[in-house]
Amino acid sequence: MAYNGKSVLVIGGGIAGIQASLDLANGGFKVYLVEKEPSIGGRMAQLDKTFPTMDCSICILAPKMVECARHPNVELITYAEVKGVKKTSKGFKVKVFKKPRYVDEKKCVGCGICVEKCPVKVPSEFDALLGQRKAIYFPFPQAIPRIVTIDKERCLYFTKGVCRVCEKFCDAKAVDFEQKPQAVELNVRGIIVAVGFNPADPAIIPEYGYGRFTNVISALQFERLANASGPTRGEIKRPSDGAHPKRIAFIQCVGSRAMERGQPYCSAVCCMHAVKEAILAKEHDPEVEVYIFHNEFRAVGKGFQEFVNRAQSEYGIKYVRSLPGEVFEMPKTKNLVLRYEETLTGKISELEADMVVLCTALVPRENAKELAALFGLELDEYGFFRSADPLYAPVDTNRPRIYICGCCEGPKDIPDSIAQASAASARAMEAAQKGFGG
Amino acid sequence: MKAKAKLLRIGVFVCHCGINIGGVVDVPSVVKYASRLPNVVHAEENLYTCSEEALSRIKEAIKEKKLNRVVVAACTPRTHEPLFRVTCQEAGLNPYLFEFVNIREHCSWVHMHQPEAATAKAKSLVRMGVARAQLLEPQVESEVEVEAQALVIGGGISGMHAALNLANQGFQVYLVEKEAELGGMLRKLYRLLPDGVEASKILKPSVEAVKASEKIKIFTSSKIKSIEGYVGNFNVTVISLETGEETRFKVGTIIVATGAVEKEPTQLYGYGEYENVITQLQLEGLLKEGKIPPAKKIVMIQCVGARESTGTTYCGRICCVEALKNALILKELNPKVEIYILHRDIRTYGRYEEYYQKAYTAQIHHLRFPEEKPPEVSQLPDKKLRVKVRDDLQGRDYTIDCDLLVLSPPLVQHSEGEEVARMLRVPLGQDRFFLEAHAKLRPIDLATDGIFVCGTAHGPKGIPESVAQAYAAASHAAILMASKVLRTEAITAVIDQNICIGCGVCEIACPYGAAQLSNVDGRWVSSVNEALCKGCGVCASSCPALAITMRHYKNEQVLAQIREAFPKVPEEKFEPRILAFTCNWCSYAGADLAGVSRMQYPPNVRIIKLMCSGRVDPFFIFEAFRNGADGILISGCHPGDCHYISGNRWTEARFEELRRMVKEVGLEPERLRLEWVSASEGEKFAKTISSMVEDLRKLGPSPLREVKRVEADPN
Repeated sequence: MAYNGKSVLVIGGGIAGIQASLDLANGGFKVYLVEKEPSIGGRMAQLDKTFPTMDCSICILAPKMVECARHPNVELITYAEVKGVKKTSKGFKVKVFKKPRYVDEKKCVGCGICVEKCPVKVPSEFDALLGQRKAIYFPFPQAIPRIVTIDKERCLYFTKGVCRVCEKFCDAKAVDFEQKPQAVELNVRGIIVAVGFNPADPAIIPEYGYGRFTNVISALQFERLANASGPTRGEIKRPSDGAHPKRIAFIQCVGSRAMERGQPYCSAVCCMHAVKEAILAKEHDPEVEVYIFHNEFRAVGKGFQEFVNRAQSEYGIKYVRSLPGEVFEMPKTKNLVLRYEETLTGKISELEADMVVLCTALVPRENAKELAALFGLELDEYGFFRSADPLYAPVDTNRPRIYICGCCEGPKDIPDSIAQASAASARAMEAAQKGFGG
Repeated sequence: MKAKAKLLRIGVFVCHCGINIGGVVDVPSVVKYASRLPNVVHAEENLYTCSEEALSRIKEAIKEKKLNRVVVAACTPRTHEPLFRVTCQEAGLNPYLFEFVNIREHCSWVHMHQPEAATAKAKSLVRMGVARAQLLEPQVESEVEVEAQALVIGGGISGMHAALNLANQGFQVYLVEKEAELGGMLRKLYRLLPDGVEASKILKPSVEAVKASEKIKIFTSSKIKSIEGYVGNFNVTVISLETGEETRFKVGTIIVATGAVEKEPTQLYGYGEYENVITQLQLEGLLKEGKIPPAKKIVMIQCVGARESTGTTYCGRICCVEALKNALILKELNPKVEIYILHRDIRTYGRYEEYYQKAYTAQIHHLRFPEEKPPEVSQLPDKKLRVKVRDDLQGRDYTIDCDLLVLSPPLVQHSEGEEVARMLRVPLGQDRFFLEAHAKLRPIDLATDGIFVCGTAHGPKGIPESVAQAYAAASHAAILMASKVLRTEAITAVIDQNICIGCGVCEIACPYGAAQLSNVDGRWVSSVNEALCKGCGVCASSCPALAITMRHYKNEQVLAQIREAFPKVPEEKFEPRILAFTCNWCSYAGADLAGVSRMQYPPNVRIIKLMCSGRVDPFFIFEAFRNGADGILISGCHPGDCHYISGNRWTEARFEELRRMVKEVGLEPERLRLEWVSASEGEKFAKTISSMVEDLRKLGPSPLREVKRVEADPN
């Protein structure tokens, strides 16, 4: 599709931002896709499988990432943040700051030799801190663009003034320790905000022991453990001793549906991803026993109820309708004891498990407030971006020509995020046909 | 053969990729080897073939050496093929005359500790690539014009918003509604969440905007009589239900917004038997008319005819929210009314949780009944209803005598929706709702190009989700119509009607309805609609008459690779030879991931990429055995993940038959293996190859190995 002379800015390169960008680009718009991390892909890239079809997440996402990067109408601006905006007669003038990668994006061919040679190992954010990466790194194997980034805080040269091994081994001469931040100015007709969500800190319920007990992990960490390219190469292992767990307990609503500690809303996707992860555990090891401690099950999407039923009947997943009050660690085995009230009898029971997975709430991104202030956008009482009308204008905002989509508008699953992303692009296309009164 | 008529001039470019390839594979010797292969007139090595400098050298070589085929041996086509294709195109060479050989992910990275074997394998891979390149033909992506008009079926909130968005973008829209009024389900509702706004207040501006739009032609009291054609070119006939008048027009895209209906709770909980048993939708109607039921005690029952073990197995998604909303309204109208909601889980997902909390505060009672013990309803002499229910959270039985019983059944598909699906030849899911092209990534696209779905036609959902889908459907329709012309897939099937025997197997095999039989001069023959064909090749491998040619994956092209896979010289020591056919989407990518992750496996395998595992022709298998393969792997996406909807189901179906045939020609059936490998299963791919090598070592060389045509290695 040829360029129609109009541009749109998309902020956030997760699945919602990618879909919005592709729609607009295919519709003839020039799209600037600004992503604050070194690679696009967002949260979906971290997932192992997706419910209820058990598609491999990165397999279905990567082609979209590649399509985005290659699209003649899309300009990826990664490792960058929006820092200023001004209204103009034709839309907006936006200031974007590109953080220095200390690698020349034009010269780096993505061969990865520098990564191999770099002596510094640090916890990998992409692997939810369970695995390691180097100080010069690709965040994950399928990263796009395939350009390395130097983590200044960890690099030996930046911290101690020694090493420069990456520079020595780079045949493409791409390493540039002198690189400075770069300001880019964009003129756009519309803006789509798709900055996504964060998983809540699982330590919000301290009784569950996250951070204190090594074998209590988050659902996102479980995704990485189950993933074939994750830190354990797809083997589900206990962090404490690398043993394969024989009994896993999932705890739902950690920080969701909570009046005090956490968020009052339901996070909409955790019931389903717990069931998915339970099935994954069974597929990795049919002998493993899996318990899901839950409140009410919210299997409201297409094929979800059937998925929940199948997990029980075919995989033998055990559903326990009770949320534990507390989790204890057995000091010798590092096994965990969940203490909970049996719903029917009111009796206090205990279950010993060798791994506990906490399904945490979805909360707004740390930079949502800052962005909202920058653009004059309203946030709701929870900190998500507020739509202009929750009924008939779900992706519009209080500002004309600025739209929202995906989980920055509120917790939702992938297909709902994608529908909103395409919807935001439709609204931006529509607005571009009108004059510039609003 | 046409392609051979012109003198072949092949150029081969071998990449060091820094030390990624060059550190393991002896690149100069591969270049030397390549330069002596048939029709190769130029061979060179590059530090990075993808660098700007090397790309200009490729272009120069095409011009100076008059190259008419280009082979690059480097990394994976999945990331770099487009780059080299464009480079060829820029130098005036048809991009389909380019061939990619993967000697990094499939060679140097997975045989890091066996430089000699890796070099030998790289030579084989280059030989296979050159053999295929000799037979490549230029391909043209043909173009289909797109009519810049859209049909929207259904004038509810979804259909109206989709129509308005398209009209505001300047497209002509035909909006067809079976009722006399626009508005759909919203016309029957009283007040809406989150603010209790009246449904009519939401509806009115939308209906007015639709009516005011010059770009929207509205047909009320009308239905679709017929739809013919394909993406960009649908011929539609609309018939008026009042006058019988027919209107014909042409559209480029279609949006299905036919909605859903409340399931009738026939024979459940006294519905139809006692007049004070009604549904939530009937309650909305009463509230709307101001006929507030004069009840002191009201019971609501959830999951009425939903979450069944057979039949309506799904959760109705919005019925819990609907019940809470109505309960809160009833409480607001009459704070003294006592309300009990009997449920199997309150499913106030996302922000709706707020209303669950509000219901608690408003002292609406909730009792959770077990699936196996639903409430019992009977009538008392004073016409009141006695509801007996077991609450399984407290383990207590309750008896509630109420004045009104409100049932919450789910939304279901209606007969008009089913009829539209039949006319459009698009599938419905097990739940009878329109089945999207991909559950995760393509929620509003239907499997047929140019047709989209939104709102409750796709499944139960609330208004915000329906409106978002409506805009999304409009986005995808607008993209097609704005582009005016559509480029169709160059890799498509062609049927030679002189050879076609009209058996119709291709029609059954094609997941897209692209291959269709027709009667030509009294003889049944098949033809392929290129606008619909996606190029999987399942038809070609199913055709008993060999009448189907897959462009860019012709039998001869694949066979050329098969024949060059293994050396024609006798070996000193037996080394199992494995040929692997992988699909383009999952398994090839899985093999790539094994490389990216540096998972080492034996260098005994040669990979041939096809678009779909369903393209593997029985013929390829036997030609491979005839040409010295000891074992063959077929690998595709996991069942259900197929990029071509159902291509791998044909692979699966064919596999047992193939094994039987393998046995019949005197080979051990274990020599043929089928493994589903997803793009994230690099390890599975590596392990599969390792275990096959082990198994084949035990089995020994294939008795079909042929060493007749002994040729000296050009080195």
